Amino acid sequence: MSGETKKKLRVTTSSLAGCFGCHMSLLDIDERLVELLEHIELDASPLTDKKHVGPCDLGLVEGGLCNAENVRVLRELRKSCKILVALGACAVNGGLPAQRNHLDIRDCLQTVYLTGLGVHRGFIPNDPELPLPLAQVHPLHDVVKIDYFLPGCPPSADAIWQLLTDLIAGRTPQLGHGLIRYD
Amino acid sequence: MNDDRPRFTLDDQEVAFTPGQTILEAALAAGTYVPTLCHHPEFAPHGSCKVCTVRVNGRTQSSCTTPAHPGDVVELHSEELDDLRKSLVQLLFTEGNHFCPSCEQSGNCQLQAVGYELGVVSGHFNPLFPTRPVDASHPDVLLDLNRCILCELCVRASAQVDRKSVFALSGRGITKHLVVNAESGRLGDTDLAVEDKAMSVCPVGVILRKRRGFRVPIGERKYDRRPISEVALDEAEGERR
Ligand code: SF4
Ligand code: SF4
Repeated sequence: MSGETKKKLRVTTSSLAGCFGCHMSLLDIDERLVELLEHIELDASPLTDKKHVGPCDLGLVEGGLCNAENVRVLRELRKSCKILVALGACAVNGGLPAQRNHLDIRDCLQTVYLTGLGVHRGFIPNDPELPLPLAQVHPLHDVVKIDYFLPGCPPSADAIWQLLTDLIAGRTPQLGHGLIRYD
Repeated sequence: MNDDRPRFTLDDQEVAFTPGQTILEAALAAGTYVPTLCHHPEFAPHGSCKVCTVRVNGRTQSSCTTPAHPGDVVELHSEELDDLRKSLVQLLFTEGNHFCPSCEQSGNCQLQAVGYELGVVSGHFNPLFPTRPVDASHPDVLLDLNRCILCELCVRASAQVDRKSVFALSGRGITKHLVVNAESGRLGDTDLAVEDKAMSVCPVGVILRKRRGFRVPIGERKYDRRPISEVALDEAEGERR
């Protein structure tokens, strides 16, 4: 099979304003991980702990954009990846974090850190190392071009497998009924 | 069976119809699914969502409001029409706040199911994230306007069947929104009752019965099991029997 001599795809994965559920769902492809590793090698990813991304064929991005650091990382990923995939509900439309979008960010911070139930002598964290939150949470395609979207909270392991095998084979991902899900 | 009814052409297919039927009705009866959101067989066609748009002899028309004519050439699926239909659905997603993972209607929702059917995987447009209220003032009903697609099915059901006119649309263009018939503007001050027809027609997750949202688990709901293209054809056949 020509696949055996083919160069492995270099893949990076990242979690921005997400919960790592999409990464868990990726691991949930179970024993197919062994087959996957015959076709890909991982660059920067929470799974490798390599921090800075090199040139990659494919980037899988979980989570939307809730702070300035998310935007910086996403732009870096866009520069480094030939194909960029928005993985999961939050990357696709902001998801759960975006449900704060109709609230004022100052009110949010005050409620969480100052006036909320059970908060004693709270303060709003302002360490310069902390990235500044954005006024609203954005999906990835608000900021960079996204090549493929895989919705779902999280997308099922089968949907992720279908997407990956299609991309590895050089095809446009085809997800039928049951694999495209928004919940 | 010798079917000597008049016919029109729908893509590559000859469709026989009963005079008076719309293109959408005739297509469904002939076993061809036409995506739609504002259509309901028990109500007069509304023609507002435009998802059922077809080309009739070269002109774009809503198939739910256009009567079938003998000899018509109707285009339902072409790259252009399929793309337009997809864009309409994506606009509905991005104009409202649709977070399916936390919506009680997920799996029973027609907007979602039509999205699946058309292969919609993202909102495509930049989301609007509008600020819309949730009204929990009614003892048995929750009204979550974040998801309203302005199909007016609840308006029609409440006026025509329940004879209560609990719902109406107000405003124009992007400010158009659903209102309820109470001076306070609160659903709890209307005479809506859970038995009303208006309770059962919303294609999305706006008018929700309290305390039963998750009685059927996610994953086992109507459109989780089968695509809307199959469900709609079965329902159309059920109505003809
Ligand atoms: S109404 Fe439908 S599309 Fe909107 S959030 Fe609920 S399930 Fe999703
Ligand atoms: S509440 Fe539901 S039925 Fe009424 S207009 Fe909105 S989407 Fe349509």
